[in-house]
Amino acid sequence: MDARPLPPRFETWFASRGWRPRAHQLALVDKLSQGHSTLLIAPTGAGKTLAGFLPTLVELEARERPAPGSAGAAAYRGVHTLYISPLKALAVDIARNLEAPVSEMGLDLRLETRTGDTPTHKRQRQKTNPPDILLTTPEQIALLLSDPQAQALFSGLRTVILDELHALVTSKRGDLLALGLARLRRLAPGLRTIGLSATVANPEELRAYLVDQPDPETRALADLVEITGGAEPDITILHSRDRIPWAGHSARYALQDMYDLIKAHRVTLLFVNTRSQAEAVFQDLWRINEDTLPIALHHGSLDVGQRRRVEAAMAAGQLRAVVATSSLDMGIDWGDIDLVVNIGAPKGASRLAQRIGRANHRMDEPSKAVLVPANRFEVLECQAALAASRQGDQDTPPLRKGALDVLAQHILGLACGAPLDPDETFAEIRATQTYRHLTRETFDRVLDFVATGGYALRSYDRYAKLKAGPDGLLRISHPKIAQQYRLNVGTIVEAPMLKVRLVRSRAAGRKAPLGRGGRVLGEIEEWFIEQLNHGDTFLFGGEVVRFEALLENEAYVSRTASDTPMIPSYMGGKFPLSTYLAKSVRHMLATRSLWSSLPDQVREWLELQELKSRLPEEEALLVETFPRAGKHYMVCYPFEGRLAHQTLGMLLTKRLERLGMRPLGFVANDYALAIWGLSDLSLAISDNRVSLNALFDEDILGDDLDAWLADSSLLKRTFRNCAVISGLIERRHPGQEKNGRQVTVSSDLIYDVLRSHQPDHILLEATWNDAAEGLLDISRLSQLLARIRGRITHTGLPRVSPLSVPVLLEIGREPVYGEALDSLLADASDDLVMEALGQ
Amino acid sequence: MNLLPAHMKEFMVVPVCHDIQINGRTIGLHDSGVLWWSEESTLIVADLHLEKGSSFARRGQMLPPYDTVATLEKLAAVIAAFEPARVICLGDSFHDAAGSDRLPVTYRAMLATLQLNREWIWITGNHDPVAPVRLCGECLSEYRLGGLVFRHEPSNDPQDSLGEICGHLHPAARVRRYGRSIRRSCFVTDGARLVAPAFGALTGGLNVMDAAFGPLFDRKRFSAFLLGDNRLYPFTAARLVAD
Repeated sequence: MDARPLPPRFETWFASRGWRPRAHQLALVDKLSQGHSTLLIAPTGAGKTLAGFLPTLVELEARERPAPGSAGAAAYRGVHTLYISPLKALAVDIARNLEAPVSEMGLDLRLETRTGDTPTHKRQRQKTNPPDILLTTPEQIALLLSDPQAQALFSGLRTVILDELHALVTSKRGDLLALGLARLRRLAPGLRTIGLSATVANPEELRAYLVDQPDPETRALADLVEITGGAEPDITILHSRDRIPWAGHSARYALQDMYDLIKAHRVTLLFVNTRSQAEAVFQDLWRINEDTLPIALHHGSLDVGQRRRVEAAMAAGQLRAVVATSSLDMGIDWGDIDLVVNIGAPKGASRLAQRIGRANHRMDEPSKAVLVPANRFEVLECQAALAASRQGDQDTPPLRKGALDVLAQHILGLACGAPLDPDETFAEIRATQTYRHLTRETFDRVLDFVATGGYALRSYDRYAKLKAGPDGLLRISHPKIAQQYRLNVGTIVEAPMLKVRLVRSRAAGRKAPLGRGGRVLGEIEEWFIEQLNHGDTFLFGGEVVRFEALLENEAYVSRTASDTPMIPSYMGGKFPLSTYLAKSVRHMLATRSLWSSLPDQVREWLELQELKSRLPEEEALLVETFPRAGKHYMVCYPFEGRLAHQTLGMLLTKRLERLGMRPLGFVANDYALAIWGLSDLSLAISDNRVSLNALFDEDILGDDLDAWLADSSLLKRTFRNCAVISGLIERRHPGQEKNGRQVTVSSDLIYDVLRSHQPDHILLEATWNDAAEGLLDISRLSQLLARIRGRITHTGLPRVSPLSVPVLLEIGREPVYGEALDSLLADASDDLVMEALGQ
Repeated sequence: MNLLPAHMKEFMVVPVCHDIQINGRTIGLHDSGVLWWSEESTLIVADLHLEKGSSFARRGQMLPPYDTVATLEKLAAVIAAFEPARVICLGDSFHDAAGSDRLPVTYRAMLATLQLNREWIWITGNHDPVAPVRLCGECLSEYRLGGLVFRHEPSNDPQDSLGEICGHLHPAARVRRYGRSIRRSCFVTDGARLVAPAFGALTGGLNVMDAAFGPLFDRKRFSAFLLGDNRLYPFTAARLVAD
């Protein structure tokens, strides 16, 4: 690449550090100077962030300060560059790192951060006297755009830098940001964007995300600068001498091996998939930590103060190991990590690559990683992920379609900022990659929803939030609406959390009041506490605690001598097995020649399966039926991830019920699904009373799905999120929790009323889209059903098959579905009827 | 009278009530959330909160405008099943004082049809402290009949709690079983007084273990009757859990 040299001041600075500008850094300066938006794909440690800011620094250095009051003065006072990151901590971290080069080169510019933590007076000042570079988050962009001063603030904007773009675009925050970008482009024509991303499966999508899409037929793309190469990571799978368990997620069998690895390295980062896994591994490591190595714990539910202390200790080099969840996945530099241990299933090839990238933040040295499968299926998954890493294969999910609830929020925000022209706004929104599929009809329905709720019964027209003036422009009907909007902005709807507070135990039977005012250990999901009874023990903050009581918004727990928690809290990972890895695992099972790379015990397990039953073929579905302990089991192996399996389990249970097979429940993991019941399925299949082809027919996604969803709590939870994001119900803010009487209206009741009176309402459509994509994984399920059509292999067995053991062992650890709530109630109350009557 | 939409026909079967004693009177609890006093041919319903949706919409929160019709349809089904000579609404029948004035004309007609040929008593509540406008029925702050007293809010005076039938609190109860928890609206009673669940379509519930119920019932000596599909589920206080 024949790039122009940097200005002398920059060359001198690089030289003073003993560095030379890298080719991709110069390339980016060049692209931007030609007005081209650009996507930079680079592994961690390649100086990605500096590359992103370099064009801005060069431009600001060359800028002439205009005379006060002259034409250029206004633009000069606006923001020149926006940096947008998914984490506010990352924005703060980057600002700190950027201050050094700026002051060392003596550049005359101001850079500031703006997050939810920025004090109000500073935020006000940023609007009247903005910095040259503003580092912030997608939510803050939405807030700034809803401000009447947005035009003045952003008309001089030249560059937007989007950090960790691959992570941002996978969620509704990415939708919100896409809409914000579209508006920024309109306020500042000629605006250039820079996307910084890890390696992804399909860079074209991110390139399209970064630019305006004026033409519905062809796709416009940003330029691409890609840094390939770097040292190959050194990845191995841990081969422990100990027995690899059939099921479970603790990897406890490999504990000593992991401890030895920690001892043999300077700083080790141990990644796990869930909070409770992190708790368990941390606790186990300390139990054998004879050298009292400084090993710490980091996950999203811990108290913020505690997390900051761990991060600081890490950066200061005081720790030898940290057990972490994805809360440490992204961005921030924690110093000199020389080993990454990934415990459990990697779930996706790209996910694993990003985690491994956390080791050795220097491009030219290989990152070192060890994969620790926690059970036998995970051995196969690790093997597949390893192969993917060697081939550089990626499996990041495809770009999402923009959500309608986010669109509703955005439209209200725009109207708060300036009078809104529906035609222009529609054109602006359609010109984003994320919303290019949006029809005018849907847009108008969303607009109507924002204004009056979008109800067929036009009874709220007189209360409309948006009203058209004689000029045809829509304006908010009351300033209070802007206030409401500002409180509601954002797309993250937190699951309700409770503080966990440590108190002294209330001894059995003693009526003494609970001690108050103990230390806060962190926060925990409300649904988890809800299922506990007084005295139950569970892992939290690295210790086994005993649940004492729930008081207001706090869960009181006490220390306990027990070291085995009664309540398992795994609940599966948030991320289902990627389609790519699933396919590799199926391929590996079906291809004997690949088994040589597997540990002996795993190979013997597969050979045993072949002997006792049969192995699943690559594109077919194996269904096994067998009796066990008075019940009849059906186990199938779709390998499509737990969400798709759960949905399939619900639907199959319904069908089997109709066929008189009296199913009792089911359990699913990432690989298999097991259903059990009272009727002999082997017999029913062999004498054709049950046809597997009919059972697994694609029409199961029709009426059965609708019927089940009608009353599904899954859908109600999804509806709640959509209702909050779209502004239909107000967000619950910390500190204004329900006080005695419930003030808020239950979203479940709204859902019921809406579903029975206007089933085609736009918010129900948004809910369905969300659920199909997320919780239900309908697209994967329908791909599965299409793939296996006519290729179902049934094997009736006298007993449990080797391959089915892992999923059967999940019974009791994973939630079991299938029993109707009313029958639970009946079960619980029948024996008490008399007692209740004898008041 | 043919007010019933097709999906409400299920209520038309002969209603089965769960009979209990309140201050010596036999009162039937029905799984729709109403009380049936057959001796007096009286139907009692609490907290309709009609026009709650539009009440929120006035303040910029566009809740579905279907709550009134949903509530009235359900009420129509119950009235058709019991054919009461008298209906007592235990207050908060409208979500705000202007609610009855806002009531759309079709729903006003629907309500008037329900009131035909029967005595109708509106008890005032904290949400609707004034008599509803342009509607039939007698409006009272409380109503006494045959040893029972009907009012909106439960009285603080223990002397006065005997035979009290009230609403206001929207009782709900939570039960835990096999690691799952179930929360339902419920009737709550200790035999002396009874609090009825809210009947309106958009009315949430307050857990009976909440402090607000503390002064009304001895913590251990009351029962809750949870509303289920086509039946009630009785529980003693000891089996219930807080939210």
